[in-house]
Amino acid sequence: MVRTYALLAWTWTRAAMAYPASFAIMTVLGLAVAGMDVAVILIVFANTTTLAGFSRDETLFLYGTANLAFCLCDMFVSNIDRISQHIKAGTLDTMLIRPVSPWLQLAADRFLPTRIGRIAQAAVVLGYALSALDLDPGRLWMVPVMIACGIVIFTALWTLAGALQFVLVDAPEVTSAFTYGTGQLTQYPFSIYGRELVRGVTYVLPLAFVNWQPALYVLDRDDPFGTPEFMRFLGPVAALVLALLAALAWRQGLRHYRSTGS
Amino acid sequence: MIELNDVGRAFKVKRAVVHAVRDLSFTVAPGEFVGYLGPNGAGKSTTIKMLCGILTPTSGRVRVAGLDPSRRRTTLARRIGVVFGQRTTLWWDLPLGDSFDLIRLLYKVDRKVFRVRLDELTQTLDLGGFLRTPVRQLSLGQRMRGDLAAALLHAPDVLVLDEPTIGLDVVSKASIRTFLRRLNAEQGTTVLLTTHDLGDIERLCRRVMVIDHGRLGFDGTLDDLMATAPEHSSIEDVVTALYTGTG
Repeated sequence: MVRTYALLAWTWTRAAMAYPASFAIMTVLGLAVAGMDVAVILIVFANTTTLAGFSRDETLFLYGTANLAFCLCDMFVSNIDRISQHIKAGTLDTMLIRPVSPWLQLAADRFLPTRIGRIAQAAVVLGYALSALDLDPGRLWMVPVMIACGIVIFTALWTLAGALQFVLVDAPEVTSAFTYGTGQLTQYPFSIYGRELVRGVTYVLPLAFVNWQPALYVLDRDDPFGTPEFMRFLGPVAALVLALLAALAWRQGLRHYRSTGS
Repeated sequence: MIELNDVGRAFKVKRAVVHAVRDLSFTVAPGEFVGYLGPNGAGKSTTIKMLCGILTPTSGRVRVAGLDPSRRRTTLARRIGVVFGQRTTLWWDLPLGDSFDLIRLLYKVDRKVFRVRLDELTQTLDLGGFLRTPVRQLSLGQRMRGDLAAALLHAPDVLVLDEPTIGLDVVSKASIRTFLRRLNAEQGTTVLLTTHDLGDIERLCRRVMVIDHGRLGFDGTLDDLMATAPEHSSIEDVVTALYTGTG
């Protein structure tokens, strides 16, 4: 599966390089946009020392973990949300006649290596936060776990967004709220949001497990919303449940695929 | 090789239910060359998409090479070749040869077997002149020959063609027809062909099936087809009579 993905990704990279100018512009733009995200956080902290009870470095830790997971998914699976274009153009049919999962083909579809800039930026921010914060070394094992859970959760969200587009062929933008919307949401401490919203993204759509809950453990903080301690460790469970749901939805979507007229 | 039993496929369109295909049953034996005719919207493409597992039938049973296409789609993909005349399966911005290399890896075709097969296809389909050309720069005739080769690199038992000669000039059409006839005769590949070009049917198909309003209206040899409307002598008139029900 990894080999097939790498093969498809390499193919699309070569296809993108057939247009060198556009390739160069995308690389530069990708880096510029990534830099702006961090700039926003730094500007906020130039005016205040804490953000809803969290210091600058703690906020950068939250930003780094969520964004690393998000940007990895953005590079490797986000292309799934172009499925409605493939449904409308009939090109999904040509993917379905190949002996490779259409999910994999879509994830690799028009793969752009230029997005690696954003991943590097997230990794640098996380690295900085980890070195600046005085963290309990006994709690650091949670960092790779939370990033892995974040990757699974975002991948599941993108898959759900793709599955939804089998129904919402004409309104693919709606599903961006799930993917890019949640990517934005997890960049900040959840304590800046209202209680109801945080409940929703804890118990309904388990975004709190991308970084918020496990980060409270790593940072050795109590939850300002007062959730019990064991919630910090539920990330893998939440990720697994969401992944199963997404897989089911994807299967249903494919089975109900209607193709186009010709 | 292909077996359909009481197959139906319905679509919901704004609360109404449209039966694109209903109660369709037919069998295609290994090595047959069958033409599949029908007016626009008769259910040809729907049938083909059920054969390769793209669409799941709403009723009935489909078997291709012994497999249920909608449940075993990726397994079946290695045994069936599909060409859509209206859209390409090749990579638009890459040289034609690169698409072939990629297909070899996706279908896990052995390198030596692939080389022999590609040489053969390059020769019979006359691809040598444009293997290094990006697909987007090919003429329609060249691209269609490329698509045919792509569908055959993994040596499928069944080849399904959905309007492979659409938009082609007479020379391109002739070369594709010659190729298909040889493929069927020499390699024994089963071929199911939909087309609006009755020349394809006359020159290639021993057996013809006609579908209309989602049901099979005729199934027999080309001679039988001509005999349905003895007052007409051209295949165009016979088929028109069959489509409009005035025969």
